[in-house]
Amino acid sequence: MRKTMVTGKAIRELILEHSYRAGVGHIGSNLSIADIIATLYSQFLNCADSDAKECDAFILSKGHAALALYAALYLYGDISRESLDTFCQDGTRLGVHPEYQLRGVEFSTGSLGMGLSYAVGMALALRLQDRGRKVYVLLSDGECNEGSTWEGAMVAAHQGLDHLTALVDVNGQQALGYTREVIGNAAATPRWSAFGWDAVEVDGHDVAAMAQAIRRPRDGRPRVLLCRTIFGRGVSFMEGKIAWHYLPVDDTQFAQALQDIERLA
Amino acid sequence: MRRAFFETLTEIACQDERIVLLTGDLGFMAVEGFQDRHPSRFFNVGVAEQNMVGMATGMAKAGMIPFCYSIIPFVLLRPYEFIRNGPVMHRLPVRIVGVGAGYDYGNNGFTHHGTEDLAVARVLPGMVVLAPADSAQMRSMLRQTWAQPGPAYFRIGRDDRPVMPGLDGAFDADRVALCRAGDAVLILTLSSIAPDVAVAASLLAEDGIESTVGVVGQLSPPPRDHLVELLSSFRLVVTVENHSIDGGIGSVIAEILAEENLNCRLVRCGFRIQLDGRTGRTAYLNQRQGLSPEALAASIARAHRGPL
Repeated sequence: MRKTMVTGKAIRELILEHSYRAGVGHIGSNLSIADIIATLYSQFLNCADSDAKECDAFILSKGHAALALYAALYLYGDISRESLDTFCQDGTRLGVHPEYQLRGVEFSTGSLGMGLSYAVGMALALRLQDRGRKVYVLLSDGECNEGSTWEGAMVAAHQGLDHLTALVDVNGQQALGYTREVIGNAAATPRWSAFGWDAVEVDGHDVAAMAQAIRRPRDGRPRVLLCRTIFGRGVSFMEGKIAWHYLPVDDTQFAQALQDIERLA
Repeated sequence: MRRAFFETLTEIACQDERIVLLTGDLGFMAVEGFQDRHPSRFFNVGVAEQNMVGMATGMAKAGMIPFCYSIIPFVLLRPYEFIRNGPVMHRLPVRIVGVGAGYDYGNNGFTHHGTEDLAVARVLPGMVVLAPADSAQMRSMLRQTWAQPGPAYFRIGRDDRPVMPGLDGAFDADRVALCRAGDAVLILTLSSIAPDVAVAASLLAEDGIESTVGVVGQLSPPPRDHLVELLSSFRLVVTVENHSIDGGIGSVIAEILAEENLNCRLVRCGFRIQLDGRTGRTAYLNQRQGLSPEALAASIARAHRGPL
């Protein structure tokens, strides 16, 4: 077990290194969830603690940020360095979006708006089986444009799935613009509350605050953490810039980005 | 076939606790038996079919065997991407159960008709596509297939009563179920139009044209070896389906004939025209597509006389 090694900073370094090597984008979306992933893998997901069949489930619904997940799986000890180094190479299991055939990945994702439904079904089945497993799902705020996300939200509340935790990466950006300019308010806290969820706003770069928000006692409702994050967090020239949904880094940018990450607390 | 489906599922669920039933808020006078017997495993997830299939995927991942029920376009077409990315890609035992084959929903209109479902279901890799001809075959089919590992699509007729003469509930995934024997022509069919095909075959026999009638209950993967054997011994095959002429059993047979280079002429009967908004009962709509028993018999007799 290497839980203590799963930190936001370590995940960010791996994101930059491997997106640079592979020449692929989605860097900003990966960086915005680094601390959320670190929170889950350092404090909650218990895969290494017990029988693999009984570990808590994590679903990365925003599949385009799979590199952050691979980084955590590597730091956690689920995948090897050699495996991580195949990211986006021909024949790899580590593509831009995650595939379930990779150890540690529950579902192949990449098409937005599906992960919450998977999570609701899993949570319901696990309750039927009385297995005591918890389910975590990480969504993007852009993903809250998808009607199916709200179909899942309704059923989760109706079924009282309080062992289900959704985390929304509220980085305020989506593929073609800022969320407020595309469909404003899609990920707003009152909307989740109105759908019957225990909705909590939290700093998505504050591991202790997110952990506390997850641990708070439950009252029969599913819980959602609206995690306020900064797109491209940690790299000065990426923060809040739409272009970094797409662009790979060149040599100079890579060096600058690593320096920026080094300065992060 | 709805009654047969739910009665059988309710019985099987007594043996296997993995079975759960999800409905998109449909199934009045149909789902209640299961609901009463297995209340903790019955979920009306509301009018939200995408989430229903997504949930079923999650449940199957956790070890359950979920059956998702609604009318064909709602349960197959609306959540098609969920089916593709969920049970198909993850190879999970989710059952998509669509009621209302072809024009079974008659004057409910185009929104309720199952007219291209076989085509879109059978192109999904690993998806088993099942289309029972009557209630007895529905029971056999479900009993034989419920525990299979991968995903399956059931195309169910709305009416409980019609019986396919000579079928006697037979189902074998590797065999065409032969319901009538004759040398002149091979007629292959499936689903709820099969009893009409039996009537057409009787009409043909009155005119001295003896046909072999086969029901292909599992369209995908098809009973290929048996089909090749049958097609090799006829000079004329006619396919009849209450489905678009493209992509269903007519297409399956065309593919096999071409790939096996068999010397057997194919005539496909199915939906060829887009209706104009005028609606009516199932028989009326089938008749407009040239699929009444009388029109079928006439088409087959014409084909039997030789190419135009």
